[in-house]
Amino acid sequence: MTDRYKNFNLALFANFALFNPKGWIASEQKELIITATMLMLMAVIPVLVITFVFAWKYRAGNNAKYAPTFDHSRLLQFTWWTALCAIIVVLSVIAWKSSYALDPRKTLKSNIKPITIQVVALEWKWLFIYPEQNIATVNFMQFPEDTPINFEITADAPMNSFWIPQLGGQMYAMSGMKTKLHLEASDPGTYRGLSSNISGEGFAGMNFTAVASSNADFDTWVRTVKQSSNILNLNEYDKLAEPSKNNPVTLYSFVEDNLLDTIIMKFMMPQEAHKEH
Amino acid sequence: MLELIFGKLTLEALPHQWYTLAGTVSIVLGGIAVAIFLTRRNLWRWLWDEWLTSTDPKKIGIMYIIVAALMLFRGALDAGMILVQQAFFAVGNAGLSADHFQEIFTAHGTIMIFFVTMGFMFGLMNYIIPLQIGARDVAFPFLNTLSLWLYIAGVIFINLFFVIGGDFASTGWLAYPPLSELEFSPGVGVDYWIWSLQISGLGSLLGAINILVTILKLRAPGMTLMKMPMFAWTSLCSMVLIISAFPILTATLALLSLDRLLGMHFFTSDFGGNAMMYINLIWMWGHPEAYILILPSFGIFSEIVATFSYKRLFGYTSMVLATIAITMLSVLVWLHHFFTMGAGANVNAFFGIMTMIIAIPTGIKVFNWIFTMFRGRIKFTTPMYWFLGFIGTFTLGGMTGVLMAIPAADFQLHNSLFLVAHFHNTAIGGALFGIFAGFTYWFPKVMGFKLNERLGKYAFWCWIIGFFMTFVPLYILGFMGATRRLDHYDPATGWQGLFMISALGVGFISFGVAFQILQIIISIRQRKQNLDLSGDPWNGRTLEWTTSSPPPFYNFAITPKVSERDQFWTDKTSKHAPKPIYEDIVMPKNTAMGIYVSAFVFLIGFALVWHIIWLGIVGLIGAIACVIIRTNDPETEYVISAKEIERLEIRNNIR
Repeated sequence: MTDRYKNFNLALFANFALFNPKGWIASEQKELIITATMLMLMAVIPVLVITFVFAWKYRAGNNAKYAPTFDHSRLLQFTWWTALCAIIVVLSVIAWKSSYALDPRKTLKSNIKPITIQVVALEWKWLFIYPEQNIATVNFMQFPEDTPINFEITADAPMNSFWIPQLGGQMYAMSGMKTKLHLEASDPGTYRGLSSNISGEGFAGMNFTAVASSNADFDTWVRTVKQSSNILNLNEYDKLAEPSKNNPVTLYSFVEDNLLDTIIMKFMMPQEAHKEH
Repeated sequence: MLELIFGKLTLEALPHQWYTLAGTVSIVLGGIAVAIFLTRRNLWRWLWDEWLTSTDPKKIGIMYIIVAALMLFRGALDAGMILVQQAFFAVGNAGLSADHFQEIFTAHGTIMIFFVTMGFMFGLMNYIIPLQIGARDVAFPFLNTLSLWLYIAGVIFINLFFVIGGDFASTGWLAYPPLSELEFSPGVGVDYWIWSLQISGLGSLLGAINILVTILKLRAPGMTLMKMPMFAWTSLCSMVLIISAFPILTATLALLSLDRLLGMHFFTSDFGGNAMMYINLIWMWGHPEAYILILPSFGIFSEIVATFSYKRLFGYTSMVLATIAITMLSVLVWLHHFFTMGAGANVNAFFGIMTMIIAIPTGIKVFNWIFTMFRGRIKFTTPMYWFLGFIGTFTLGGMTGVLMAIPAADFQLHNSLFLVAHFHNTAIGGALFGIFAGFTYWFPKVMGFKLNERLGKYAFWCWIIGFFMTFVPLYILGFMGATRRLDHYDPATGWQGLFMISALGVGFISFGVAFQILQIIISIRQRKQNLDLSGDPWNGRTLEWTTSSPPPFYNFAITPKVSERDQFWTDKTSKHAPKPIYEDIVMPKNTAMGIYVSAFVFLIGFALVWHIIWLGIVGLIGAIACVIIRTNDPETEYVISAKEIERLEIRNNIR
């Protein structure tokens, strides 16, 4: 019982994903959330304080000053219009700048060569394709730390949202389309990934593990995957794309060339896709 | 042959799951109980003549509120089931099935927005707006009963799957395609969702036109726009938004149903369909909808804070400008619901900043409310409690809203429980608290006696404590990366404790609801002690308090003349009562046509859900025929003579 309690407590504090960022994008986003909240508290706290001060001071039994026709003051109106506008101007500048700085479509600046991982949301699991390594995985991904990752995201399922909270914000995964997301992990570690957009019955089980490791460990891992007896050709893909829930991790040592494009084109030119079948 | 008669409807559609059986049994038993009661007391005739066919906006308003209250229980029950599942069963992968769980939160969202909040708002507006502006009726009495009955048809429709079909949409309350397309949701659930919204949406649109025209055309002589009470102003703006936004909803749902019915490809993934278009369109309606719900509440609170501070509303002009600014800005921000859909930084930044700008007029309103209390004589009645609770919760909700308007931050908060906490913060803390405040404030006007204050305050405390207990954990869960709509999650996430606190919060809220029910029962029993004989129980400021409580069916024996903003308050202080000179009054007759038209429209919806062609044709012809018959009815009004009015007024005063 105590053990369980302890575990529960530890888990409670270790799991504040957004305040425990492991990549610079997520760190910036955390800073942004905190800065904006502080700025807004500058208006919110006075509001709450004067609300309750006035409510108390001018209660009926208190015999404080009573001015039933006092309903207008240029000075007061001017004060709060200006104060609110000022806060919003500052916030707007922050919003504008951060929208560009943290634009998920922007490739990250780095001396290290980026790695591409293609993401396909399926019913109800995540397929990750490594075109450069010619391997693929289900519900598990590994990548080297401090290396920019170019995610190319699509879906062969209802819309999902691809999200690794400790590394940075999310991006929708939509069929027939490719969205982009650029992330980078600053520390080695195991991070929780998930779908945040309802996509049908098995949606809650669409979790995956994202592992950031050293370059050497990543290479070792790729070699392990290469030894897997599973290969992902079009036939295997069609089987994988069938709806299934709470899928175990699967590793594929080979991926059909241009699989991502094939999946996207299935929706772009459905007539031809139908003919093939 | 069977298919020709019954369409897709088969015996399998009869209830067989435990929850549809439970739903059906409670609907049937409830119906039987009401029927027995009405028959025993011989009240059928009275119900039909006095209520169901009434064109009196006061009665229509009461019927709206009764139905909305029933739906509030349904929606709250759903909320309880959602959190009990997430708190106690989700880690073990036990409890409700994923599909059932998804149906529950879809129903919860849909019902709370369309059938609870909208219903309450239309109810309050119907009752109060004509009284506040010194009118005897709304502009279009027949349209008014039609709106009510279309709303009720929508309510029946959304609950019908319990009895026939057993399948409700499990897509989330906005049914994003392609999930809501036939390919992924082949059952009738999404169709039930579509047609209940189409039918009630038509009612909302007609209702909005009615109230808009009423406010613009039927104000008492002398009441210029800038002398209207704030509730009339915010209602006016809310109606403008309904008229501009609801057609978008209707069109969007029509396109989705074309996809589902006729195999078209507006929003499918393939054959050139584009789901992103649906998401844009639905939020072009959806964001204004948030303000449609909150604006009337702003108005209610403006009335309440002035009344109970016994002081003029501070910064009336500034308030009006802020309301108009909110109205206009609210149609320019829809994209903030999907910053994560892949638009560029400039598009996201634009919509983010537009969203933040709304915080300015909203903040102005808050400051004006606060300064209405400044140098007032505040009486802490229950409505005033709701007002103070509202300032606390709504300010917090506004802050988290602005936070999510920053696109880069939203990438981390979108679709998380932080978002869920945010919109409940504004929907409950803003819209619903406003409804409760307005309900308590105007109750004596409607019923002729006040509600029990002590129980009202108990209810308030349960609600406010329960509210923070429920939603603060959800904010925290959002920071932990917990997403919405999970029927199960990994225990290692450490979320369960917070979900449990949240579920406990719902328990507190349910005590609040229990106190509210008790409050109404006790107040009815003790009505003799709380009677409002003056018609002005709160020492009010606006015209609705000049009539008796409840008001006569013609509202005002003599049309009031207005020269001031708080006309009644000024009259009370100057104390001159001119001798009344009565005139003939023209009033609309009752009509059952609203019921008939809605019944036929209901049949059209049912036919479209189950693909029963002949029934659809019958419904269409029936509805059109009824409208034509009604249009050709030359005698829709009657006259009450001045003498009769005088008799009624004298009787009223003696009582």
